[in-house]
Amino acid sequence: MFDTRGVSPSPTRAEAAALAELDPRVRPLTLAAERTLPVLPALGALLPAGLPRGATLAVSGSAGRSFAVALLAAASRAGSWVAVVGMPGFGWRAAAEVGLDLARVVVVDPVPPAVVPECLGALVDGFDAVLLGAEARVPGTSARRLAARARERGTVLVAVVEPWFAGGRRERAGQGPLTDVADLRALVEGEGWDGLGSGFGRLGGRQVAVELEGRRLPGRRRRSRLWLPGPEGAVAPVEAPRLEVLGRHAAAPPVRSTA
Amino acid sequence: MSAAGAAVRTLAVLCPDWEVVAAGFEAADPRPVAVVRANRVVATNAAARADDVVVGARRREAQGRCPDLLIVAHDPARDARAFEPVVAALATLTPRVEITEPGVCSFATRGPSRYFGGDEALAQRAAAAAAGADPDLDVRVGVADGPLVARLAATRAGRGRPRVVPPGTAAAFLAPAPLAALATFVPDPDVLDTWERLGLTTIGEVGALPTGAVVARFGPAGQWVHRLARGLDPQLLRPEPVPPDVTVAADLDPPAERAEAVAFVARTLAEELVDRLGGWGLACTQVVVTAHTEHGETHERCWRLDGPARASGAPRSLAAAIADRARWQVDGWLSGPAAIRPTAGVSRLVLAPGSVEPARGRQLGFWGGEAGAGERVVRAVARLEGLVGPDAVRVAEARGGRRSGDEVGLVPTAAVDVSVARQVALTFGAAPWPGRLPAPSPSVVHRPARPAEVLDAEGRSVEVTGRGEVRRPPHTVRVEADPPHDVVAWAGPWPVDQRWWDAEAHERRARLQVVTDQGVALLLGRADGSWWVDAVYA
Repeated sequence: MFDTRGVSPSPTRAEAAALAELDPRVRPLTLAAERTLPVLPALGALLPAGLPRGATLAVSGSAGRSFAVALLAAASRAGSWVAVVGMPGFGWRAAAEVGLDLARVVVVDPVPPAVVPECLGALVDGFDAVLLGAEARVPGTSARRLAARARERGTVLVAVVEPWFAGGRRERAGQGPLTDVADLRALVEGEGWDGLGSGFGRLGGRQVAVELEGRRLPGRRRRSRLWLPGPEGAVAPVEAPRLEVLGRHAAAPPVRSTA
Repeated sequence: MSAAGAAVRTLAVLCPDWEVVAAGFEAADPRPVAVVRANRVVATNAAARADDVVVGARRREAQGRCPDLLIVAHDPARDARAFEPVVAALATLTPRVEITEPGVCSFATRGPSRYFGGDEALAQRAAAAAAGADPDLDVRVGVADGPLVARLAATRAGRGRPRVVPPGTAAAFLAPAPLAALATFVPDPDVLDTWERLGLTTIGEVGALPTGAVVARFGPAGQWVHRLARGLDPQLLRPEPVPPDVTVAADLDPPAERAEAVAFVARTLAEELVDRLGGWGLACTQVVVTAHTEHGETHERCWRLDGPARASGAPRSLAAAIADRARWQVDGWLSGPAAIRPTAGVSRLVLAPGSVEPARGRQLGFWGGEAGAGERVVRAVARLEGLVGPDAVRVAEARGGRRSGDEVGLVPTAAVDVSVARQVALTFGAAPWPGRLPAPSPSVVHRPARPAEVLDAEGRSVEVTGRGEVRRPPHTVRVEADPPHDVVAWAGPWPVDQRWWDAEAHERRARLQVVTDQGVALLLGRADGSWWVDAVYA
């Protein structure tokens, strides 16, 4: 509205990033439409508005666990509490590298199968986000009730369908009791590691393709390619964030900017 | 009331080591006792202090220093309940006794002192009254300008020998005391630390500094101590007038015979009180709780609200603190000795602000957000501990190590205070752990490692030489019963030989990063002649 360029220098990139991170924390008032948890800037192309509170996400694919942690990293840094359940061998250092604030994480492990629904109910009541691994088996009958409770409490429920090797059990991609009732489904597949040769180098980063679809994104699917993890463990977009819209709107001619 | 800036003359009654005494031990018990909250020692008795058990130490550390230490869990409700007879005895001298915290109470001496013939006589009477409640009780009485100085005077008083600091001599009384004596009262203790490092060790030395320089360099926290050191009321602002119509009350029908039933009502009332005061932009520093019974008995106590609840500025924790005090009070009344116990259940509960200050609380979002998130978590954690056992609910704690998974340890939530913000300072980059693999780190760490087979092109097991080299490159990897996968890229091995001084923890391990034809990256380890999957980059 006002041209202040002559008055104050525009913030540097680091300053702008710090300001952007502070913004949701110091904002005095939250509108109903803004009932979201913040996400990392690299995930902005997938979830421009943030993570909708009360949503249930099912994450599958070979890079599912890293993606699920990355989803909740910004929220935990903004002060939300995250519970991790049913994920034996949680990689804490990897989670910290992605950006999760470990001071706001509570891990519940092991959970006797008999009390899983009750335990998840308590988690959904108390935490802002719950990260659910395959070891905490949600009985099919209680999955819908759990998702409804999460929606009512405004808790984000992220269920990870563990891939090969991770949990020791083989799940077909996209199969899990919460998958059917999830608002959002993400398929995160690794597309190859960087930095390792035959006998030299070390693991650098991995490119992953993320495909997000679900009820909250009616009629569309969003795709993005990420470095997950990037060379320093953090998440980064592979190129400039680009949103591909498929489905109904795919026929619309692409808008080209005239540079 | 008093001259501008001068502190109100106050009498303080203090029971040393109250948490220990309330737990049922004599103050001079020869057995060492420590009261523990969230795995930290919060109070000790003289015998424990003689064994170097200090407040703030971890439970295990305390037990290490003193093996026959008796550990008692901290229970503020018990402390308050046990203190009620003392307060009731003092209430016969003056109507307005403020309970600063369980074990410490104070009142302004202006009226009672004139009535009883001077501060000294009043102090003697207060000591006698408190001793009348329980002859074995160790009670210390101090009179001085301002509640804080009076409390410090009480700590210097002997048993049965009250310490009266004459009016206007508070500065001289405080001058020789070490700055550390103020550590638990100052709103911002960091400033004390700074002064000590600058060579100021006593309160008098701080009081001698010019006011302007202290304010310019140390801000409000410095000014607070400086005013105290000069014998003034450290509170900078005049007390705000209490606004009308903020008192909240509720009728209990049927009357409550037990404190739990009152606690439920108190919670709602406290939230309403904080809410109403919030509308005026105020927070209360004192709350007056009044309970009425069916038979017309009333029980009124004035509680000071200090400590973390007020410091955090969060309305919810303030409401919780008020509700706690109401519950303690009613509990102490209903379950007290027969002389003070009411003859009927509590039928009405009234909460009124005793004194107020401008609210420093943060502006919070409408829809929850950070508001009360910690509190909700505390409740959920308590419930989970009941469901899965206290050892299955854990939080991360930064440690250090070379192997994946060594950097962070898990401790039960019972051992930490989840409600206060913790800092898991993860100095992964800076800590000296040579031989640790650099970022990115594996997202799945197998503990214990899973057995694997690493074969070369001819199907023989790959071996790592004593010099840390692989003779033949790995070709296929097989993990447990899974079908073998081809290795498309690999690097290593990186040997690590650690903890040679400990026969059990000693480990020689060679680590290998491989990527299989499925695009899965594994961290393999070779130890004791076999291969293991240590971690997966999932």
